[in-house]
Amino acid sequence: MRVQARRAGALLGGLMLPAVSLADWTLNMSPGVTSSSNEIFSLHMTILWICVAIGVVVFGVMFWSIFAHRKSDDRKPANFHENTLVEILWTVIPLVILVVMAIPATATLVDMYDTSEAEIDIKVTGYQWRWKYDYIDQEFGYFSNISTSDDEIYNRTEKSEHYLLDVDNPMVIPTNTRVRLLLTANDVIHSWWVPEFGVKKDAIPGFINEVWTQVDEPGIYRGQCTELCGVKHGFMPVVVKAVPREEYDAWVNEQTAAAEAERELTQKDWTMAELMERGEKAYATACAACHQPDGTGAPPAFPALKGSQMALEDMEGHIDIVVNGSAGTAMQAFGNQLSEVDLAAVITYERNAWGNNTGEMVTPKQIFDYKNQE
Amino acid sequence: MSAVTDTHAHDDHHHGPAKGITRWLLTTNHKDIGSMYLIFSFTMFLLGGAMAMVIRAELFQPGLQIVEPEFFNQMTTMHGLIMVFGAVMPAFVGLANWMLPLMVGAPDMALPRMNNWSFWLLPCAFLILVSTLFMQGGAPNFGWTFYAPLSTTYGPPSTTFFIFAVHIMGISSIMGAINVIATILNMRAPGMTLMKMPLFVWTWLITAFLLIAVMPVLAGVVTMMLMDINFGTSFFDASGGGDPVLFQHVFWFFGHPEVYIMILPAFGAVSHIIPAFSRKPLFGYASMVYAVGAIALLSFVVWAHHMFTVGIPIAGQLFFMYATMLIAVPTGVKVFNWVATMFRGSLTFEAPMLFAVAFVILFTIGGFSGLMLAIAPADFQYHDTYFVVAHFHYVLVPGAIFGIFASAYFWLPKWTGHMYDETLAKTHFWLSFVGMNLAFFPMHFLGLAGMPRRIPDYALQFADFNMVSSVGAFMFGATQILFLVIVVKCVRGGEKASAKPWDGAEGLEWTVPSPAPYHTFATPPEVK
Amino acid sequence: MAENQTYYVPEQSKWPIVATVGLGVMLFGLSSIMVNGKQGAETTGSWITFWIGSAIMVYMLFGWFGNVIKESRSGLYSAQMDRSFRWGMTWFIFSEVMFFAAFFGALFYARMFAIPWLGGEGDKGSTNMLWEGFQATWPLLNTPDPEAYPAPEGIIGPWGLPLINTILLVTSSFTVTVAHHALKENHRGKVKLWLGTTIALALVFVFVQGYEYAHAYQDLNLTLQSGIYGSTFFMLTGFHGAHVILGTLMLTIMLIRINKGHFTAENHFGFEASAWYWHFVDVVWLGLFVFVYVL
Repeated sequence: MRVQARRAGALLGGLMLPAVSLADWTLNMSPGVTSSSNEIFSLHMTILWICVAIGVVVFGVMFWSIFAHRKSDDRKPANFHENTLVEILWTVIPLVILVVMAIPATATLVDMYDTSEAEIDIKVTGYQWRWKYDYIDQEFGYFSNISTSDDEIYNRTEKSEHYLLDVDNPMVIPTNTRVRLLLTANDVIHSWWVPEFGVKKDAIPGFINEVWTQVDEPGIYRGQCTELCGVKHGFMPVVVKAVPREEYDAWVNEQTAAAEAERELTQKDWTMAELMERGEKAYATACAACHQPDGTGAPPAFPALKGSQMALEDMEGHIDIVVNGSAGTAMQAFGNQLSEVDLAAVITYERNAWGNNTGEMVTPKQIFDYKNQE
Repeated sequence: MSAVTDTHAHDDHHHGPAKGITRWLLTTNHKDIGSMYLIFSFTMFLLGGAMAMVIRAELFQPGLQIVEPEFFNQMTTMHGLIMVFGAVMPAFVGLANWMLPLMVGAPDMALPRMNNWSFWLLPCAFLILVSTLFMQGGAPNFGWTFYAPLSTTYGPPSTTFFIFAVHIMGISSIMGAINVIATILNMRAPGMTLMKMPLFVWTWLITAFLLIAVMPVLAGVVTMMLMDINFGTSFFDASGGGDPVLFQHVFWFFGHPEVYIMILPAFGAVSHIIPAFSRKPLFGYASMVYAVGAIALLSFVVWAHHMFTVGIPIAGQLFFMYATMLIAVPTGVKVFNWVATMFRGSLTFEAPMLFAVAFVILFTIGGFSGLMLAIAPADFQYHDTYFVVAHFHYVLVPGAIFGIFASAYFWLPKWTGHMYDETLAKTHFWLSFVGMNLAFFPMHFLGLAGMPRRIPDYALQFADFNMVSSVGAFMFGATQILFLVIVVKCVRGGEKASAKPWDGAEGLEWTVPSPAPYHTFATPPEVK
Repeated sequence: MAENQTYYVPEQSKWPIVATVGLGVMLFGLSSIMVNGKQGAETTGSWITFWIGSAIMVYMLFGWFGNVIKESRSGLYSAQMDRSFRWGMTWFIFSEVMFFAAFFGALFYARMFAIPWLGGEGDKGSTNMLWEGFQATWPLLNTPDPEAYPAPEGIIGPWGLPLINTILLVTSSFTVTVAHHALKENHRGKVKLWLGTTIALALVFVFVQGYEYAHAYQDLNLTLQSGIYGSTFFMLTGFHGAHVILGTLMLTIMLIRINKGHFTAENHFGFEASAWYWHFVDVVWLGLFVFVYVL
């Protein structure tokens, strides 16, 4: 089926533009690397060719009328305006064509909806504006942020090869393994799409959608968020790295160990300078999108932190809003998004950056205690 | 009793339009109101078009150059809202106001004062909507489909103003539609049975029914938003037992019939224009009527095909896929009928015919991509990409908007009493045709290659086609100024138009002089 | 179809533009009240705007309807005009039905899909892992996140006040029909009696509904904010209540007009339109009673 599909794709490309050899003039859908994406591609090509065939016939008759039946050639118009047989035919024939289309479409759909028997479950959570991947069986998870720099976006430097399609931590999956994704979102609706997998599913806050995929070819696959999710909707790419099973297992061990180390860091004694340094980084990834890198925010939706009463005085309130968010506003609860260390660092940073010189320090232990007192 | 009314009818004959601004503010005349709708619609078309130009300018190259993403999102949202509710819908209501009474032989619309209110509510609604651009936090930025919770919990403060603007538009549309239905059902000239009605009248009757059925549902869904935003309800919030997807179900229950509201009147107009310039009666009148009816009914049971990726249970997915595919049948019948009408006719290609033929071809292309989108598994790849953008622009621009242009050129002689400048009009057509295809055809490729919609910046592999698309969009946009020039020229003067300037045209509207007198059919004509 | 020749096309009228300005100012004011109120800003100016708009609307309603009544009474309207009004009112009521349909749809969706999924049943049952401990029940006496939306402690059972209200409204539908028949037979005294009874029943209904709301808010913590049950309950019954009040106003105006000697046995569409509207309100209530209270 895949070879067929490829051949069909090449044929279409060849027909439409000779420039198809240039990578930038991609004309058609990619057949992808999974069985689903291949089935979709062949469905797509089938319907496309049926449409083209119908178009050729209908427009053929039409253009023939346009060229041959002109008043300027002194054509006398005919006067017919009904023909029951013809009308029945052109109602029934399309109906039959539709049934022919519906059969493979139904089969594909049934196959795609079967989410049973996956070996690995990964919970994918959409945040404004990044993805979080939780490997729920292994008890670790991490965020995946865009790694394209602002300089590239604002044309101050050359754009890299994977402009807007690169992340710091891609999702990693083993090849030849059935993987089930549990999609949800933290704030607004996002949509997780990797074209080469033929997987696109909405991540809806408060609900879980299931979808499965199985990738056989190792490689890096790229996609994007496809549901408008706010200002940076165009800047939350999806990157998936498919690796052989052994490599995957090694990676999982590494991640589990790192997660453990992170938990230990909470107990460490931190200095102001260390927290500020870490806080600046955490602020840049988690907070700056709304509250701006210089803390001035974008009122009224995103209040300024610079000089704010909360950041200068109300420490309890400050910890509370960062950990638990603020209901009914765009301020999310970061308690589960950031580690205790990062939460402490961010709060410390916000209370001491941009001229907010409180000199106060919030330690990871404080945050840990705060979270557990509830 | 009869004495009173007779004097009145007598009065009418001598009353021309009032002088000055009060003519427009206080009018009850369907022709005045029709003109106001059309002028309003064109103004909104230019405003929405200007926003599209901002969008295409930003997308001319990868990277952020002209506007910030925040403003870009406001532009995509406002462009959609203004084009749908401000440009396309009012244009068809304007055509209905002008032509329905003339076509059915009525003295005016059934409820003339309410008619004026329907119109004036629109500028009022759009004043509020456009004013949100200048409010704190900016205009709505959540797309014209305003999915919750992006539009509720995460929406800008101006969302509340947007909601009430939608309410006002809804009131306007519902009253307009009630007027249309009452006019068609109650004001037809003696002898004009339902199956003798011109097709434009038929399509508008069905459109009005759709409007009355779904605009209240839109009002309902924005009211739920209003309550979620301001009064703590949880319709679209899972933590209270609601569901963001509920919004989409209710919205698309409105939204899908809405897209037919924007195309059915164009079907009607084209069904007059093609026979007129083929000099041959419309093929399959009855099947045309039944096809429109079938499309309208099916439009109520296909809404979730806009939501194939939200995770609908498979039975629902299959139902909505099959129902959507079925729409291809009546739509196909219409296209075949138009082609059969042209077949063995005696064709000429004045501007209305050019636009009508382009309508049939390009709308059909939009229909093909629609059929592809109906296939649920394939839609997983197309959904929310530029393929969808290409699809709905193909049905709306060369569909609805070319339909409006075709109607405008077709009936301009009747409205103004002058012929428009044919050379300029043909230039308008060809530039629009090339520009539009250049702008929207490459979007199919972009979508298939994987470019999501509603993004202000894109990966490098999409750069070339985006540039082509922007060039086409600028061309299409600039060309529309020409339309303004043509219409102004035609209003001011030009070759005198006879009562029936198109030799193949048929219908009551061609029995009154051009320009149509201020009051027509005070005594209804007899239809055989 | 001789009456076609006398279709009345009114002269210029100021009422549409007055209505536009009134509605626009009123709703702009209302939006500002909500937006400013939510941000904790001053709302006095917004309230003033809102009241100015409302006053213009009231002026318009009296003026416009007064105008129509005057035209009707001076015999300008033909039978064909009457049919236009009838079509107009019919389709207006249909549009109202569709408005309620949206809220009924929300109720059915929440009960049949959203709540079971959140509680771990059905196609999207894995959703429950986000809401540990939440169980799907209807009426919804526990919400997925009780901190954000504290659940009601109880709900209004159908067989108390709601049943009384059902009887009140159904009876009022009968009384208004009796009044209509009396009008057709030109028994004015009888019309006044039965129309008055209808209005009285309507007022008792509104009072009972208000009492029920107070009970829900004060004793049961059943509020707009108590999750989807409260949201759908108050939006459906609330919009219905608003329509009852509007219908009552319409009937009251009809009573005033009857007292002034308006209408004839043959020609009384204003009365009929109000009666139609009243039956519509009644039918919606029956739907509410079944789907909101009983089931």
